[in-house]
Amino acid sequence: MIAPGTEAELAEAVAGATGPLAIRGGGTRGAAPEGEVLSVAGLSGVRLYEPGALTLVAGAGTPLAEIDALLAREGQRLAFEPMDHRGLMGTEGEPTIGGVFAANVSGPRRIAVGAARDFALGLRFVDGAGHVVANGGRVMKNVTGYDLVKLLCGSRGRLGVLSEISLKVLPAPETSGMLVLEGLETGRAVAAMAAALGSPYEVTGAAHDPAAARTLLRLEGFESQVGYRLERLAAQLADFGTPEAVRDPEEVARTWAAVRDVEALQEAGGAIWRVHCRPSVAPDLVARARAEGALLDWGGGLIWLRVPEGTDLRARLGRFDGHATRVRGDGPEPAAPPEAPAVAALAEGLRRRFDPRGIFDAEG
Amino acid sequence: MDMPAPDPAILARKDELVTRLKEILPERAVIHDAAETRAYECDALTAYRCPPMAVVLPGSTEEVSRVLALCHRLGVPVVPRGSGTSLAGGALPTADCVLLGVSRMTEVLETSYEDRFIRVQTGRTNLSVTGAVEEDGFFYAPDPSSQLACAIAGNIAMNSGGAHCLKYGVTTNNLLGATVVLMDGTVIELGGAHLDAGGFDLLGLICGSEGQLGVVTEATLRILPKPEGARPVLMGFSSSEVAGACVSDIIRAGVLPVAIEFMDRPCIEATEAFAQAGYPDCEALLIVEVEGAEAEIDHQLGLIKQIAGKHDPVELREAADEDEAARIWKGRKSAFGAMGQLGDYICLDGTIPVSELPRVLGRIGALSADFGLRVANVFHAGDGNMHPLILFDANTPGDLETAEALGAEILKLCVAAGGCLTGEHGVGVEKRDLMAHQFAPADLEAQMAVKDVFDPAWLLNPAKVFPLAASEARRAARLAAE
Repeated sequence: MIAPGTEAELAEAVAGATGPLAIRGGGTRGAAPEGEVLSVAGLSGVRLYEPGALTLVAGAGTPLAEIDALLAREGQRLAFEPMDHRGLMGTEGEPTIGGVFAANVSGPRRIAVGAARDFALGLRFVDGAGHVVANGGRVMKNVTGYDLVKLLCGSRGRLGVLSEISLKVLPAPETSGMLVLEGLETGRAVAAMAAALGSPYEVTGAAHDPAAARTLLRLEGFESQVGYRLERLAAQLADFGTPEAVRDPEEVARTWAAVRDVEALQEAGGAIWRVHCRPSVAPDLVARARAEGALLDWGGGLIWLRVPEGTDLRARLGRFDGHATRVRGDGPEPAAPPEAPAVAALAEGLRRRFDPRGIFDAEG
Repeated sequence: MDMPAPDPAILARKDELVTRLKEILPERAVIHDAAETRAYECDALTAYRCPPMAVVLPGSTEEVSRVLALCHRLGVPVVPRGSGTSLAGGALPTADCVLLGVSRMTEVLETSYEDRFIRVQTGRTNLSVTGAVEEDGFFYAPDPSSQLACAIAGNIAMNSGGAHCLKYGVTTNNLLGATVVLMDGTVIELGGAHLDAGGFDLLGLICGSEGQLGVVTEATLRILPKPEGARPVLMGFSSSEVAGACVSDIIRAGVLPVAIEFMDRPCIEATEAFAQAGYPDCEALLIVEVEGAEAEIDHQLGLIKQIAGKHDPVELREAADEDEAARIWKGRKSAFGAMGQLGDYICLDGTIPVSELPRVLGRIGALSADFGLRVANVFHAGDGNMHPLILFDANTPGDLETAEALGAEILKLCVAAGGCLTGEHGVGVEKRDLMAHQFAPADLEAQMAVKDVFDPAWLLNPAKVFPLAASEARRAARLAAE
């Protein structure tokens, strides 16, 4: 295993690599690419935190827990709510901030505030030739040059190894609450979530558990604001039943951590798929999937499915506005969604430019 | 500012090019008469002008594809143009280019309130996107000051922001999908009505690439339900430093207004003379706007006024009704027009960490005195996106050059303070040659490598964004290959 302690050592290690490298942050997503393990755990530590400017800069190997704790002391948080993959993937280790951005990991609040990539202000990475590249910065608005920050976010280490990330944080709200609707079938639940997300009450979570026929709608803000909005939203959703209002922030936090980490589908066995879709087609996709288990987040725009290993889920789903990725288990199809030839050619061109020797090519 | 000399070999083939363009486009979509191409000689950076060889105004993705494929085959550079409102010269033509305008492509293709998106052709103006959905209680959030005129195509090319992006983000945060035509005519679809496309984030890469990677012809945009209401408060302070400190305190306190706008004394005085908004006589003022229902607004403004109170404001004026709210915004919205009354100006848009506001404002004042040119500041303070306006007289020989030199110093100051050259206007030609102050050679090389992949011949808007010296070898390779 190569374990550089500085960015310069990282660059040296990549430049000197003679074969494929398997980049590892916390190892919690269960990716096990072939090649010599390159751990970024040594590139750890928060280098700058300005609560008054809502910015934080950290080494890519910094544990997420360390950042969460630091932010909590100032009443701030990572608003995009990155999920913890350990339960779903059956892994151990510590999620790192570099891993979060390399895989663009976002949680239920993505629907209201944006994805991890929307909170990345700048980053530094080492490309496949061993060059250190900086892009973006640490300011909220920056259109200087191309946005390689977006390109690298979610690139899963295929274009380079992240060494440092600068990100936008947000104030944590004073309180939170939620409405719970019981007994809706999936089509009605998606309609209820669409109605809630189309209201002016700034719903920051909209999820549905088909097995329990339970629909959850989260609101966050000032104490008086959450009370007012829960009441108004319940009235607006009267057609869908009488929702129960939950005002205990701890219960709300527990419930949404379970949605975020897909607890409903965590038990071992089976393949887990993550489907991104236009929300209104979600009920149809769920029906077509014939899955053993399902969980809808993002108002239906994100569907988690569990099917027996070996299932060709893409064949079941057919064509739709979105894509499906297998995140756990095996199957006849590649894990990543197929790309149109012209898009695949661009992606391949970028890989050849950023990683001419193909040392980051390993599937991971 | 220099532009590369036009390629005589291309100029010599103008007639052939025009003939071929007319074969693939409707007659009226091809403009080549010198009197008519003049209308496209510049964008909102009017100091630089150059009529293009020809202008095409295609009406569909298919027509855009045909034009690009033809120009690709003939080795003719293409400069894309939205509405021509770029302040950075992003749509400045070269004499040997085909200027491709999307202004005829303005259709709304699909609207879905249940899935909260609208799909439009990108020649549609920013404001008319909101116009298409506002009766149903929705809006499109990015709101650049030029929103009445600017096109979505240009918004995507420059990743435009606006006054309300403190809460809602800029274009890239509100763009779900795009139909993109590559320089060789290939049409690709990125993203869609779903969140987070799979694979590399090419959508995020294209957004803000200043028309150098492809021409975006259709866009799927996120629309949001309108808030129940909004109300601004106006606060006057005895110094820019105090106002800057107040901004930081508001953000830190956990209140997240939709907008925090800043104006300094030169700007306040100019807008008062121009728009009579009734602003107080003070060194700096902030306009802070919050959204929600009446009681929610009261609560948030209460907190904000409490914070401002600690900074001894010379004035604290909350809008009692819509009329008063409009008057508070009136001065801010007419600030650029008011400055225009005082003479010519250059508008910069460097961004700095909010914590650096007081120091950088002080330093800009000193530079202004050194160069002997007045600088007024009016900007989005919440996100540190400054807009220093440098006043000069275009009729005084040398004044423009002095103003540009002062602008360069201010932008270098922004970079040195931990910020960047441009927060929302783009690099274009205006800041092209300053890029080396923000980026190391390897940083620029990585960006240019992206263009190599999308546009190997460097035909799309080639002389922008990167310092000419840095991109020279790549542009020269194209000429050599002809």
